[in-house]
Amino acid sequence: MHEMAITRHLIQLVQAHASEANTSKVRQINLIVGQLSGYVCECVQTYFDLLAKGTIMEAARLSFEIVSSTGQCRDCNETFEVEQSKWICPKCNGTRIQLAGGNELLVDSIEVE
Amino acid sequence: MEIKVLSNILGANDQLAEENRKLLDSHETMMVNLMSSPGAGKTSLILKTIEALKNEIRIGVIEGDVSSSIDAERISKEGVPALQINTGGDCHLDANMIRSAIANMPLEDIDLLFVENVGNLICTAEFSLGEHKRVVLTHTPEGDDKPHKYPLMFTNTDVVIINKTDLMPYVSFNTDSYYAAVQGLNEDVQIIQVSCTTGEGVDQWLSWIRQQLT
Repeated sequence: MHEMAITRHLIQLVQAHASEANTSKVRQINLIVGQLSGYVCECVQTYFDLLAKGTIMEAARLSFEIVSSTGQCRDCNETFEVEQSKWICPKCNGTRIQLAGGNELLVDSIEVE
Repeated sequence: MEIKVLSNILGANDQLAEENRKLLDSHETMMVNLMSSPGAGKTSLILKTIEALKNEIRIGVIEGDVSSSIDAERISKEGVPALQINTGGDCHLDANMIRSAIANMPLEDIDLLFVENVGNLICTAEFSLGEHKRVVLTHTPEGDDKPHKYPLMFTNTDVVIINKTDLMPYVSFNTDSYYAAVQGLNEDVQIIQVSCTTGEGVDQWLSWIRQQLT
């Protein structure tokens, strides 16, 4: 996966918000990452530790809130967590399932001095 | 102190994509992002399209690959403008790469611009390029279980093409369950079955293109 590219985008985004807030130090970055995005959080942390050196977010901690893959049945509207790639409605056994969550890639908030 | 951000990490890419789109609109150029796994037939489909439509529609192609210019060379031989992007390792094209590419293409002379994305069903789904339409090409030998394995790709697409229908008798491909899976993920999608080898179904694809340009 392209965790390095994502980490670069993450740093640019946080830099922009930190500058707006006139802060000199970012201590923690809280991320929301959907399961379907496929990103390996440990890889993001590793790249972040390298790329953030010398910036106001050097040594900041990354916190990951993982959102499960969620499906919604088009036949009975049941919403459920998709486990082991089973896209079958647990209520009505329908197979017409739309994606209802799990592809997020967000910075939720940052903690600054 | 906590500062709420609640922003998409790829927001900067989305913004560049929007700028690409505005530039394309100013030239009345429709961009189609064509995605698939490697070997599904993207280049064959583009070549078939050029063969059928080049005297009717002005076509251009941006080719995306990790390396080599094999595909752009094949397209150029057909007499249409083709530009190769080598990502040098990136598994997808992004809006910034397309921005540079379209700055070097004669958009004023192109009605339909294909982007043949890097062969990949995961990463290409995540990066908007500024395209007007997204087309996913699947092929019968890869099996009928791909929609649920790559749900994001199939959710965010306008057309799903099933290529290599001529191989259906020799591979395991359940069309009914495939359609149910795709239409479950994406109610509005159009599914077109083709064989770039025999030409079967290609007319339906060409009709779809013509409809988008009217």
